Amino acid sequence: MSTTLLLVQGLNGLQLGILLFLIAAGLTLVFGVMDFINLAHGVQYMVGAYFAAFFAAQTGSFWLALLLALPAALLFGLLLEFLVFRHLYDRDHMAQVLATFGVILVLNQGVKMVFGAAPLQVPLPDALTGGIRVMDGLLYPTYRLAIIAGGLATAGLLWWLVERTKVGMLVRAGATNAPMVAALGVDIRRLFMIVFGFGAMLAGFAGVLAAPILSVEPGMGDNLLILAFVVIVIGGIGSIRGAFLAALLVGLVETLGRSMMPDLMRLFLSPSEARQVGAALSSMLIYIAMAAILAFRPAGLFPVRAS
Amino acid sequence: MMRFELGRRAALGLGASALAMPLVARAQAAPVKVGLVAVLTGPQASLGTHLRDGFMLGMRHLENRLGGRGAEVLVIDDELRPDAAVTKVRAAIERDRCDVIVGVVFSNILAAIMRPVTETQTFLISTNAGPSPFAGRGCNPFFFATSYVNDQNHAVMGQAAQDAGYRRVMIMTPNYQAGRDAAAGFKSRFRGEVVDEIYTPLTQLDFSAELARIAAARPDALFTFMPGGLGVNLVRQYRQAGLGNIPFLSAFTVDEAVLPAQGEAAVGFFTGTTWTPTLPNEQNARFVRDFEGQFNYVPASYAAHAYDSAFLLDSAIRRTGGNLADKGALRAAIRAADFRSVRGNFAFGANHFPVQDFWLAKVARRADGKFQTEHERKVFDNVVDPFAAECRMPAA
Repeated sequence: MSTTLLLVQGLNGLQLGILLFLIAAGLTLVFGVMDFINLAHGVQYMVGAYFAAFFAAQTGSFWLALLLALPAALLFGLLLEFLVFRHLYDRDHMAQVLATFGVILVLNQGVKMVFGAAPLQVPLPDALTGGIRVMDGLLYPTYRLAIIAGGLATAGLLWWLVERTKVGMLVRAGATNAPMVAALGVDIRRLFMIVFGFGAMLAGFAGVLAAPILSVEPGMGDNLLILAFVVIVIGGIGSIRGAFLAALLVGLVETLGRSMMPDLMRLFLSPSEARQVGAALSSMLIYIAMAAILAFRPAGLFPVRAS
Repeated sequence: MMRFELGRRAALGLGASALAMPLVARAQAAPVKVGLVAVLTGPQASLGTHLRDGFMLGMRHLENRLGGRGAEVLVIDDELRPDAAVTKVRAAIERDRCDVIVGVVFSNILAAIMRPVTETQTFLISTNAGPSPFAGRGCNPFFFATSYVNDQNHAVMGQAAQDAGYRRVMIMTPNYQAGRDAAAGFKSRFRGEVVDEIYTPLTQLDFSAELARIAAARPDALFTFMPGGLGVNLVRQYRQAGLGNIPFLSAFTVDEAVLPAQGEAAVGFFTGTTWTPTLPNEQNARFVRDFEGQFNYVPASYAAHAYDSAFLLDSAIRRTGGNLADKGALRAAIRAADFRSVRGNFAFGANHFPVQDFWLAKVARRADGKFQTEHERKVFDNVVDPFAAECRMPAA
């Protein structure tokens, strides 16, 4: 494998990591601050993508769609919080898992009833349609570079919000010890609502970004949700910094594993066996990595909660 | 007490026989009941929608009559869950008294309902799923397929790659049985070098890492099988990565069910198929025109095969004079396939699978802005599937 190919795969891994981070950031805050398991977080990613598809079809512009989809995703998140999640904060985890799983089923079927079962497409924004020739015969789409840039900018903004603002301080305090924050006179319910809406918007943002490269279809968030949980567990629940690093780690391990494992296996096995074993191993790789990290740091890389 | 029981039973018996009398008398006039099985919920529902709409258009063109008898269609959503499919199909046969079961998009659903249906001596007509075992050793006197054996479309592309003179081809399919069968089907006809085979997890939607590997290997062509949403992602990312100049050979990856989402990115990509909207025959022209008129989208082969199946049933029931009770006569009548297919040539082989033409087709944009596959050239002429020889059709 040449160095260029390795670099290209690194770039691919980075881009997957960025998308994962946008989803995991909201998930880790909701889980960390509210101790609330929200399986329906992946659905919010899907809803964001559908909003983008809908607004792009209506306005004919990706940028307008992005501009409209973000507040729509925020409102949708708040609506879900108001209708469903608010009533679950005091319940145990099992009730939360069951109820949010129900939300997944309802929304997956709901978008199908509204938009139909066939996958939708969102056209690339005109300014970003091209690609940069990274190696012979392969263009790296400008749009994917824009995802990386947009994601990094969002990560920076998030860091500033969480580390440098008053609300951020409360969020951090809430993640460390929520009852104490409530006892100090902070309206914890309102804080929950803000965190929840913001997390939903971030997941929706990831959905909007992914819409021009992935097909928009019912259930598109379900697999990413699993990866997002891996990310927040590795990163330490409630930690934005942990989620960021873990998302990049998972993105890189997943992508590099997929591209190199079959070649690596070929050193020991016959080509057809190497392909099978390589494909199987590479899909296990991030879970093996997770197990290894948790064996040494059971609370993740950057644990938040005071034990 | 005992007396009362007896009395009640007798009364019930009397009542039942009184009810049964007119039923027997009316049997000939009662409508033919068709159970139409398709996946109508979940991510793959668009394929089932094509199938259902195709069959329903057929029924409309036949004025809701099959072979001169009135007909009723009971639509069954298999949910792409074998257990649900079996329960619902059993109920359709036992409770709703369906005379024939038609449809089925996915092979695993077909495999699940095969025995429950055929054991009751009810005819099962698959309009899409065609797993090879049912064409070979597992062929069944109560089973017909109006589609193909799954492997055939892959073999078509293998032959097409061979004919085009490609020497180095890369293969990429999802890592499950049908994906590995696709690779095997392609290789059964392609004699050149297979540079590499990439197997991706069935849930993987981003192919950037694989596309970089393909670009690095620089093959003469890519052969792939990525059904449904997988194909939408692959096709668009393939184009975005600038690989469009490497010929894209596929089966079940670019068809009218997913073309609306693939759009411009799929134009010029190849597929192996039994049917395209452009096949020049009268039956096909009428089917495509009225289908688009009624449902406002371009039909895919799922719809075309289902449409054919409605006409097949009509011809068979007409042949038996409306008699569905004589299974042997009905089987012979279906076997005769005395109807005009949207595919032109159509006959059944000894294993109850079609003997038909296969085409190399290419995606094109129509004048009205919609996308469709257009036949390029015939790859196989009136071909019998490779598993037919293994079939020893048991006497029913």
